[in-house]
Amino acid sequence: MTDRKVTGAHYGLRDWLLQRLTALAMAGYTALLLAIVLWNGGLDYGLWTALFANAAFKVATFLFMAALLYHAWVGARDIYMDYVKPAGVRLALQTVSVLALVAYLGWTIAILWGGK
Amino acid sequence: MRGAERPAVKPRPGYLNLIAIRLPLPGIVSILHRISGAFLFVVGIPVLLTFVGASLASQESFASLKACVANPLAKLVALAFAWAYLHHFCAGIRYLLLDVQVGIDLPAARRSSVVVLVVSLALTLFVGWRLW
Repeated sequence: MTDRKVTGAHYGLRDWLLQRLTALAMAGYTALLLAIVLWNGGLDYGLWTALFANAAFKVATFLFMAALLYHAWVGARDIYMDYVKPAGVRLALQTVSVLALVAYLGWTIAILWGGK
Repeated sequence: MRGAERPAVKPRPGYLNLIAIRLPLPGIVSILHRISGAFLFVVGIPVLLTFVGASLASQESFASLKACVANPLAKLVALAFAWAYLHHFCAGIRYLLLDVQVGIDLPAARRSSVVVLVVSLALTLFVGWRLW
């Protein structure tokens, strides 16, 4: 049997698949944002704030950030698993990464729905 | 029999000299995918959130961000972010295609890795041209 480490992956398809689905979601959002900017011939403060006042765009942005953070987690964990051998160091890096990513999600919510 | 004199298990290389290994093109795309991904995670996400937050805060902070990005040094940094995002994006599309069995034989995979390198650099140059 394979040596299963607590700091390893989930030994399944889930993360592999989610990394690809989150990538597609982010590519879609990138295309949407690019299309909006090109359609309007650039960005000024008025358009930018109007965009972020739109509820649908807020939800799309939130989903983009959630996808980005999960995607970053899978990628960072892959890098740790490949290059960082000591389990303690790996666990520390994973912990710091998870804390940062959850904090970023909170930051995103504050920007989108926090008001001024 | 001469073969019997050979050890049953070939000795494995004790270490890999990363400097001496010459990566093939798909390998270069792969390691750049990792480096750009790590850069986008460690530096990109906090910078992105800082900028989006400040750009929405007020007309003044939006204008000061715009003035900040007009600085030539800031433009170079912006170009680094652009390249990281574009390379990660293009290489990611290549991996998605490889996942669905498109271009998995070696010549095609080599060609597509060149395409990723060239297209992401060309798009970065385009972004640079728009910035300056």
